[in-house]
Amino acid sequence: CIVLSFCRICVITLAEAHPLLQSGKTIKNINYQISANCSRLQNKVSGKSKRTCLFVFQIQGAQFLTELAPLCRISSSDGEEYTIYSCIRGRLIEVNENILSNPALLQEKPSTEGYIAVVLPKFEESKSITQGLLTQKEYEEVLLKRRGSAS
Amino acid sequence: MSSLPEKDRPIVQLLLKAGTCPRCILRFCCVGSQVLYRHPHKDLMKDLQEFLKNSQEKEDTACLDVADPPCKRIRLEHREEGADDLNHNGAILQLPSAGDGNAARESSAGNVCNVCLGVLQEFCEADFVKKVCQKVNSADYQFTSFVFSVSLPPQLSVRERAAWLGVKQQMRNLGLPLPKDDIVQLKEAYKWIIHPQLSEELGVPADGKSLFEVSVVFAHPETDEECHFLATACPDCFKPAKNKQSVFTRMAVIKALEKIKEEDFLKHFPCPPSSPKNLCDALEIQCNNGAVFVAGRYNKYSRNLPQTPWIIDGERKLESSVEELISEHLMAEFKADSFNFSSSGREDVDVRTLGNGRPFAMELVNPRRIHFTAEEMRRLQQAINDSSDKIQVRDLQLVTREAIGRMKEGEEEKTKTYSALIWTDKAIQREDIAFLDDIKELKLDQKTPLRVLHRRPLAVRCRLIHTMKCEYIDEHHFRLRLKTQAGTYIKEFVHGDFGRTKPNIGSLLNRTADILELDVESVDVDWPPTLAE
Repeated sequence: CIVLSFCRICVITLAEAHPLLQSGKTIKNINYQISANCSRLQNKVSGKSKRTCLFVFQIQGAQFLTELAPLCRISSSDGEEYTIYSCIRGRLIEVNENILSNPALLQEKPSTEGYIAVVLPKFEESKSITQGLLTQKEYEEVLLKRRGSAS
Repeated sequence: MSSLPEKDRPIVQLLLKAGTCPRCILRFCCVGSQVLYRHPHKDLMKDLQEFLKNSQEKEDTACLDVADPPCKRIRLEHREEGADDLNHNGAILQLPSAGDGNAARESSAGNVCNVCLGVLQEFCEADFVKKVCQKVNSADYQFTSFVFSVSLPPQLSVRERAAWLGVKQQMRNLGLPLPKDDIVQLKEAYKWIIHPQLSEELGVPADGKSLFEVSVVFAHPETDEECHFLATACPDCFKPAKNKQSVFTRMAVIKALEKIKEEDFLKHFPCPPSSPKNLCDALEIQCNNGAVFVAGRYNKYSRNLPQTPWIIDGERKLESSVEELISEHLMAEFKADSFNFSSSGREDVDVRTLGNGRPFAMELVNPRRIHFTAEEMRRLQQAINDSSDKIQVRDLQLVTREAIGRMKEGEEEKTKTYSALIWTDKAIQREDIAFLDDIKELKLDQKTPLRVLHRRPLAVRCRLIHTMKCEYIDEHHFRLRLKTQAGTYIKEFVHGDFGRTKPNIGSLLNRTADILELDVESVDVDWPPTLAE
């Protein structure tokens, strides 16, 4: 997955190289229900903010994600199932409900309107998290190496 | 000359002996004449001693006046002295021994009052008044009146109660009716005495509503622990407060004194109270002027200037700010301690504010200067405008605190107009965007923009775009002027914010759109009043 980050907010989207974004794939179903007790759709985020220059923002009740926490499961029409993971630690702010009603969005505009989720890392961790990600260039190098070793 | 009624004699006698100062004695006798309290301490003392002596002399000459109604005869009982003398009216006359009068005189000369701890003694004198006025004058404030506020140590309330209970007890022992409870309050008497003196030295009147406050804090560490017995008697009045150093605040002590029963008080505290060794200390003499408010409208011509200082982790990210450019001059002229800047909404760093500008208000805290003529305000406005080309201010004027409410109304209710430079990925022709002009009252659903989600709660807001007018530039650019409801995020309306603002320019044009430049053309609030140039 790709993480776009600004002001500590991280948007999780599908990486270019993800199988779902390769030609020929059609998405059959997107499911935010991870397990019997856990649905990313039922993430309740409530916030308090003071109407002054200093903002006190607390997220209560939002689900806390670790890197390997599943965000959603996507099944394609050819029978494959893919689990999209959070990839970063933080509080789940929202999942993109637009792709539930319009799965094509995920493939047409994966890095904008077809995003998967928005995650807010803890204040103390946000710097180390962004530093731990690959830049666009580094990612492309990894892909090149992968393709190189495959052939 | 004091004109104390006979019935007050036992009160005067008891308190004078106990070491109470003349002014406190007058208070306990409910003397309401302000002028009397202003008489010099020595004169008042002499007066009271005369008053007692006269009664003694009257007794000595044993004037047995049958015509006198019984209430005029006072039965004085001294536990130390001996025999009762019955006059033929049946009232018991006791001659207070000459020794008592002398003892009272000696014990009260040069003693610190056991009730006011010196507040109505030393701290009414010209020396102290001079000290206060020196402090006021050196602080260099501009003021036309003053309010003098005094903070007294809580144990004074305890001692006041103790003195009163002592008096009541004495009256009971003498079989006399209990005196009236409406004692003159210490603070009130103090102000009667000191206000005229301060007023004369400072040359301005005392006024309870004055914005200029001179405050004095009195403390008496010697007797600080006298309040502690109240904690055992009324524990629920004394809750440990987080920030306060001592739990024995004035309020808590007064509350406990209201609750505690007379018998319990008498058990724990000598009534009347004992004489202290030392005077009170006047800890701090402080001056404070009430805040003044300066309002105006600002234009921002820079695309690189935040409204308020932008500092992250102690590091300044961008130089200066609208707030600092305005406050710098105001702070210097008004000589204030600090300021609070507020405005009718805000704009981003990279957004210009054109037209008549955005209303703002600056609260100047504890200003030394408060009077400015219209001409001086104009010059101040000019000075701000000359000092920077990034901002300009207009309509700079002094306003009241209440007027700020008008400005905040504007933030939530009034419309704004904008001009946006928009880019599209796919080519556009004039016909493709013309329809935007015809859209009225477009309803938007905007989720909290991602770029502010770290400091604003997640919510969906409905906002209206009232009107739009576009100007075609070329195949990938056009300018859009819009008039919107307050609180609309314009940038998100243009680029869609990952589809979280719907509809958006991109969805309306069926393209990907982005915003290159944004200007605020007007903030439609008619406050502060426009000033003639």
